[in-house]
Amino acid sequence: MSFEPLLTKHVREPNSFTLDFYLQHEGYDGLRKALAMKPEEVIDLVKASGLRGRGGAGFPTGMKWQFVDKKSPNPKYIACNADESEPGTFKDHLLMERNPHLLIEGCAIGCYAIGAKIAYIYIRGEFFHVQQVLERAIDEAYARGFLGKNVLGSGFDCDVYVHRGAGAYEAGEETALLESLEGKRAQPRNKPPFPAVVGLYGCPTAVNNVETLANVPIILMKGAEWYSKLGPEKNGGPKLFCISGHVKRPGVYEAPMTVTLGELINERAGGVRDGRTLKAVIPGGSSVPILLPTQLDTQASFDGVQKAGSLLGSAGIIVLDDTTCMVWLAENLLHFYRHESCGKCTPCREGTDWLYKILRKIERGAGQMSDLDLLTSVANNIAGKTLCAFGDAAVTPVLTTLKHFRHEYEAHIKEGHCTLPADWRARQGVATHP
Amino acid sequence: MSFHPKMTYGAAFHKSARDLDPDRDQGPPFEYTAENRARFDRIVQRYPDAQRRSAVLPALYLVQYQQGHITASAMRYVAGLLGITPADVEDVVSFYSMFYTKPVGRFVLQVCRTLSCALNGAERVTEELSAKLGIKPGETDPSGTFTLIEVECLGACDRAPVVMVNDAWHECLTPGDAAKLVDDLKARGEAALSGCHHVVEKK
Ligand SMILES: Cc1cc2nc3c(=O)[nH]c(=O)nc-3n(C[C@H](O)[C@H](O)[C@H](O)COP(=O)(O)O)c2cc1C
Ligand code: FES
Repeated sequence: MSFEPLLTKHVREPNSFTLDFYLQHEGYDGLRKALAMKPEEVIDLVKASGLRGRGGAGFPTGMKWQFVDKKSPNPKYIACNADESEPGTFKDHLLMERNPHLLIEGCAIGCYAIGAKIAYIYIRGEFFHVQQVLERAIDEAYARGFLGKNVLGSGFDCDVYVHRGAGAYEAGEETALLESLEGKRAQPRNKPPFPAVVGLYGCPTAVNNVETLANVPIILMKGAEWYSKLGPEKNGGPKLFCISGHVKRPGVYEAPMTVTLGELINERAGGVRDGRTLKAVIPGGSSVPILLPTQLDTQASFDGVQKAGSLLGSAGIIVLDDTTCMVWLAENLLHFYRHESCGKCTPCREGTDWLYKILRKIERGAGQMSDLDLLTSVANNIAGKTLCAFGDAAVTPVLTTLKHFRHEYEAHIKEGHCTLPADWRARQGVATHP
Repeated sequence: MSFHPKMTYGAAFHKSARDLDPDRDQGPPFEYTAENRARFDRIVQRYPDAQRRSAVLPALYLVQYQQGHITASAMRYVAGLLGITPADVEDVVSFYSMFYTKPVGRFVLQVCRTLSCALNGAERVTEELSAKLGIKPGETDPSGTFTLIEVECLGACDRAPVVMVNDAWHECLTPGDAAKLVDDLKARGEAALSGCHHVVEKK
């Protein structure tokens, strides 16, 4: 492939995170270009590029920025979503640790475009080592005039602060993130109003994912047309894919979204380990439906994966080989969702616990056939009945495994135990890394 | 003065009070060290004056780094600094999983148990640590050195299984590596903690 990475080209080089290194590679030239334009022109450029949010929903970023209520007398804010907690996702981690100035530059351009003076980067509490790198990079940027008062002599003021979360998946949901940033529990708000109108401290706010903002300097440097042509229509620009699970070379891989799931899994990540065969793929973090080995030619784009019946989500591709018990998988993920439910909506708070307990019972061999209908009906009473998308996310592992692997559930119930080879969970990771 | 001249307030704890239950672990009176107070004063400036409450998570981290866990006295102290009620602070402390309200060991071993780590043997790592330390997940060993807990996806699934020890990451751990880590921590203390792979590999 002739594609040259844009986001991660230098991440393996020793000083990639320093300002000097960044400046030797056209660093902050995108910001210079932006400051020579009018803010609305920057928004128009991002709109024309077709950039879609990389946090999960794939919503067009330029449009989100346009919705920010510029006429409001209140301050505007950028809230950068660096909570990265969707199981199977670890791309923002790499970007912030190895290319932090790209994000800082993206934050500054974003602030300029929407008329904000402050960007808060909300980073998950567990990323303390990443936060330290990011904060050092921010200090460097201030010292050289890329942040602070009168950025590069343009008259534009911009502050970037890192705000550390403290362990809550739900803090990644955009309105829960704002609540958390305001010093409260990370629980979602009712929408509308959307954050672009009533966001942080009741002020107009753009919530953007780390990878999304990191794409913005690239758009300024390369132009909207070049950017949109990199990749299929409406799925332009470079994309980071996180591949984990049963593959030989797990890691973050960058490619345009013309790439297929099969190319990513088999060529980039080396395929499943020796002697094993592929059983299923979760293409977009734990919250999306499973795809089967027959669907490997699916284009790994927002629209391609959706057409195949799933979602690209956060591009966390989890690869499962033939030793994986699907009932156990659903139980493992429902343990996660039960633990992470913020408790605000009753169907989600109570329902995730019910689902987990039924799955646990079946997995231990004590289930009944009637439990399968019970699972489905509980799941259908959670989905669509909660304030945020967490509810839909939480029931997906149950419904998707029941749909494709119902026979495994039935086998557990009939045999009274898991019918997969007894060593399937005892195997150790034998991964090598790029 | 109370609404009755012969009576005074404060003798009873009523559930409507915006204060903490007196039965909670109070701990000794709490105050930041001078360094932590200076850190707090710097952090609080990042937020608009009317939004001091935004600093509650950083303020609580400072408490936890200073004394290991967050007591009722500390919650009242933080509430006073931020101009919110102790109950507001307790509300936050009890929600986020990285805050401890009871003492924990000097090293908190946090094994990721979510899918990608579990597919790569995280359960065996937990078992090994459990056997080695003689404690179950959620417990602290009698010497107060180690606490073992299972946590959810840490965002490094390509390096599964991942174990976070305090703030430091240990990745691609086999059960054997995990047992050795315990020995190392016993022998060398904090010096045995590593960072994330990018730091460790110096690349
Ligand atoms: C339960 C839940 C968790 C989420 N977690 C994250 C996250 O960790 N990181 C993220 O960027 N977006 C996350 N999102 C998506 C955000 O709500 C939001 O769509 C995103 O930050 C918008 O940024 P983007 O337009 O740049 O993608 C989550 C959504 C939900 C419903
Ligand atoms: S599953 Fe363990 S780090 Fe993601």
